[in-house]
Amino acid sequence: MVARTVLTGDDIDRAVTRIAHEIIESNHGVSDLVLLGIPTRGVILANRIAKIIARNDANFSPADAVGRLDITMYRDDLASNPTREVTETVEPGLGIDNRVVVLVDDVLYSGRTIRAALDALSDLGRPKVVRLAVLVDRGHRELPIRADFVGKNLPTSREERIQVQLLEIDGSNGVLIES
Amino acid sequence: MSSLKHLLSAADLSRDAAINLLDIAETMSSVNDREIKKLPTLRGKTVVNLFFEDSTRTRISFELAAKRLSADVINFSAKGSSVSKGESLKDTAQTLEAMGADGVVIRHPASGAAYTLAHSGWINGSIVNAGDGTHEHPTQALLDAFTIRRRLHGAASSGKDLAGVKVAVVGDVLHSRVARSNLLLLNTLGAEVHLVAPPTLLPANSSAWNAVIHFSLDEMLQTVKPDAVMMLRVQLERMNAAYFPSEREYARVWGFNADRLAMLRENALLMHPGPMNRGLEISAAAADSPNSTVLEQVANGVSVRMAVLFNLLSGERSIDNV
Repeated sequence: MVARTVLTGDDIDRAVTRIAHEIIESNHGVSDLVLLGIPTRGVILANRIAKIIARNDANFSPADAVGRLDITMYRDDLASNPTREVTETVEPGLGIDNRVVVLVDDVLYSGRTIRAALDALSDLGRPKVVRLAVLVDRGHRELPIRADFVGKNLPTSREERIQVQLLEIDGSNGVLIES
Repeated sequence: MSSLKHLLSAADLSRDAAINLLDIAETMSSVNDREIKKLPTLRGKTVVNLFFEDSTRTRISFELAAKRLSADVINFSAKGSSVSKGESLKDTAQTLEAMGADGVVIRHPASGAAYTLAHSGWINGSIVNAGDGTHEHPTQALLDAFTIRRRLHGAASSGKDLAGVKVAVVGDVLHSRVARSNLLLLNTLGAEVHLVAPPTLLPANSSAWNAVIHFSLDEMLQTVKPDAVMMLRVQLERMNAAYFPSEREYARVWGFNADRLAMLRENALLMHPGPMNRGLEISAAAADSPNSTVLEQVANGVSVRMAVLFNLLSGERSIDNV
């Protein structure tokens, strides 16, 4: 197993900052904006993005506008994998009805996680718009899903593994490709 | 996450497995507070409620739990089925197997019926014991532990056990599967268990149990000051001998009434698995007091059973965990 660093901690910071600005720009401000992180690393990225948005616009309050969406119960591979850990879902204080919801995840791959997230979202309420922000898009989609905000496009082969490391969980920041 | 094949006894659960189930139940309970109380998790799975004994809340609770997880539910009660024509458990089980049941929730008047079903080879699905004779009722113990944990820790319940919590189980211990399962699970979770019962309603081997035994309810309430008191139903249908002189005397000596309610600590839980014999083991004043958790237990029962069904029925089955 050879691991190669493709994004350093600084690269991740720049990508997250750019995503935050793109979100503000495409939303024409921060009105009705909420972020939903998909556990585990999506939640951390959502918090980082929220911090940068709040720095740029004082009307955005991360405490009310950031939540987490556990999608375990909505996966389509529950029957073919070992039972998975379930974590809690936290709705942002502002709710999601008629909000602009930005889903945040670390890696976009088959698109099946996002499909599950969309199902989970529709059981929670009815957002005005749903957008998707990911740190890494590695291709190989199996469903007609695409990201609105991408930190880095990484062409990969299916045999390679992408490992996103974030300080809060992994002790360091970086994106590695293992092959 | 450890996934179980069957849930037959509270003793099947290690401390970690029990806490894990309670934590999943917390997640499920937030689903039960939503407007759309449904998850697609067990879509395409079939759960059979096989009830050879009367039940209201357990059967409805399992049915609701399975439906909220999108499983198909078949309710089978012995009355009005081929069992009243003399069909055996084996033939009934094989019939269900032929119809492709993924999970079977069984309640049976014979102790060990669930174990027999799980280990007979008659059926491949997961078996959940929903009460077998005077033996065990593990999901009741889980929902009781869940209720205690929630009242004590509130929103910060996740990951916690019941270390140091004093729980008194009062009444007909002899016939109570609820008491047996609770004793096992409460011990696993680190709680201190006190049993209070007339000597005639204690099993012969109870001194070997990891519990303190009392023969006076008033004395126990004064000296132990329990965090939770669990009243057991007097199982009149199993009373085939003179276990106590009269119902009036039982109510006076062992019943939970307003006087005993006053002896309880302010935020202590007064629990009852239901159905209650009001005026016998619990008075109306006690049952309707703020200490009473009877209805919370029912609501929590759905969340806990969702967690159990999720653990048993989702995930890949390999040979080694059969």
